[in-house]
Amino acid sequence: MSKPGLPVPAYADTPLRRRVLKVIRSRPTLRGAAILLGVMVLLAVLAPFIAPQNPYDLATLNMMDNRLPPGAAAMSGATYWLGTDAQGRDMISAILYGLRTSLLVGLLSTGGAMLIGITAGLFAAQIGGAVDAIIMRIVDFMLGFPSILVALVLLASVGRGIDKVILAIIVVQWAQYARLMRASALVERRKEYIEAAVNFGLPTRHIMLAHLLPNSVGAVLVVSTISVASAITLEATLSFLGVGVPVTQPSLGLLIANGFEYLLSGEYWIAVFPGIALVLLIMSLNFVGDRLRRSFNVRASS
Amino acid sequence: MTSYFLQRLIQSIAVLLAVSVVVFFAVYGIGDPIELLVPPQASAAERLALIKRLGLDQPVWSQYFTFLGNALSGNLGTSFVHGVPVVSLILGRLPATLELVLLSMITATVVSVPLGLYAGLNPDSRPSRIIMAGTVIGFSLPSFWKGMMLVLLFSVWLGWLPTAGRGETVTALGMQTSLFTLDGLKHLILPTLNLAIPNTVLMVRLIAAGAAEATTQDYVKFARAKGISRRRIVRRHILRTILIPVVTVVGIEFGSLVAFSTITETVFSWPGMGKLLIDSIYQLDRPVVVAYVMLTTLLFVGVNLLVDVLYAALDPRVKLSGGMT
Repeated sequence: MSKPGLPVPAYADTPLRRRVLKVIRSRPTLRGAAILLGVMVLLAVLAPFIAPQNPYDLATLNMMDNRLPPGAAAMSGATYWLGTDAQGRDMISAILYGLRTSLLVGLLSTGGAMLIGITAGLFAAQIGGAVDAIIMRIVDFMLGFPSILVALVLLASVGRGIDKVILAIIVVQWAQYARLMRASALVERRKEYIEAAVNFGLPTRHIMLAHLLPNSVGAVLVVSTISVASAITLEATLSFLGVGVPVTQPSLGLLIANGFEYLLSGEYWIAVFPGIALVLLIMSLNFVGDRLRRSFNVRASS
Repeated sequence: MTSYFLQRLIQSIAVLLAVSVVVFFAVYGIGDPIELLVPPQASAAERLALIKRLGLDQPVWSQYFTFLGNALSGNLGTSFVHGVPVVSLILGRLPATLELVLLSMITATVVSVPLGLYAGLNPDSRPSRIIMAGTVIGFSLPSFWKGMMLVLLFSVWLGWLPTAGRGETVTALGMQTSLFTLDGLKHLILPTLNLAIPNTVLMVRLIAAGAAEATTQDYVKFARAKGISRRRIVRRHILRTILIPVVTVVGIEFGSLVAFSTITETVFSWPGMGKLLIDSIYQLDRPVVVAYVMLTTLLFVGVNLLVDVLYAALDPRVKLSGGMT
């Protein structure tokens, strides 16, 4: 059932028939999620070419068109299929550009957190001793607090901005990669080829970069998909709380926050449609990530 | 046991100290509350007087030691905006948050134990698959958006429940509570539900995984071979083994529930600690932010300590040797 070369999944002691059924059943959802994810990434990349309007360009917005319900006609005669927001922005265009911001923040912050976490974990595993103890104490310390609270307080002191949000997410997420990387590097280090490399007298740097890193980084890469989803959720939440991305470059979270004040008067579309886009993005990432993680049998540290 | 407890206690105090340094310098190092608090028409002398009164003329490290010394005597400073001691300000908001957190914790437990057990014991049935698919959806919905959708559905469209605030409260045990009035309860439903969903989902998954694993264990097989009824096996053997991870989650998630209540309180304008934190961040009311973080850290560290000790008491196999989490 698993592709050749992949490790056998953990649920090895359930009957074969059940295992096969499980995978077959889960495939349609997985394929659906993967396709959905691909489409959303494509839409985000192509946003400037396919969006009916540039939501950042104030000259193209018409204030007379503000808060129109879905399907309403614009002053110019075009149709706003998902309605408009308080600034008269076409919701479809705003969502496409918001998707871009959300994905950008999610990818960059996960990338940054992985880079720092992998480095820290690799050093902790390779050097050991006091370095290991110090790094792992910091990791324990960081993981002891809910990320939302840490990021919130951090952003409260540095102010809002895309770069600052990315930085805050890196600060709260690197520790989990460090822990995972250290764990898998420690396992790898006990293997014979590393021992052989050490006995050959190869420099430590070479062993770390050429042997240890490529052979133990897999686990980290596998959980990174889910981390992108949690980074995007975190960014959306921070933006909703008013400490995230700036109003000039709204992410999906900020679009939802903008719609909140109109929700109570029944103008639902400003908050609902960006929310659906956000949920679809997070859900497809989670589905794909969860399946990846399970088929490679990596336990994410929570 | 005593030495284990002492060791954990020292670790906890070290964590508190570390947090106080990090937070104090992060929050006090950047930003200038004077700009926000001094009226534009104030004279230079009035400005200086305010700076002196708030202690902002001292170097940062000296401000920190003053802060630490005061903190040890239970004084975490005075709110720039409200002009009252921050500890009493925050503690005044604590009952509203605790009410929400405890109620959603209870809701999550009551809902997740039967659902998780069912899904774990009958993994291939249709209801189980629906439950498990539901957990993925519940896991993926951002808390703030879920809250807004609850408001849209139950308040705006159906008009059944109020959108914001605590409603009518009564004083019980010296605290204001919404628990004993119909209006208060109506106000509690949506925020509680919103806060409970993530934990329910997490616990359903944990319990289901635990129950599924337990059924393959020898002691369950043996009990079944002995002819013990399925009901008794579930209650006496399976439920007991899965209790340990559940207690841990309840303990650890209690802390993050307090943190997450920030979001729920913002959505539902619930006048708790989290709403106070957000408002204070907007108003650059630094003593409140610092004190909030210190008090929640104290809460986290305390709960973690309690969970570890409880864990050790519940499961004798747990080695009583360090480990921070």
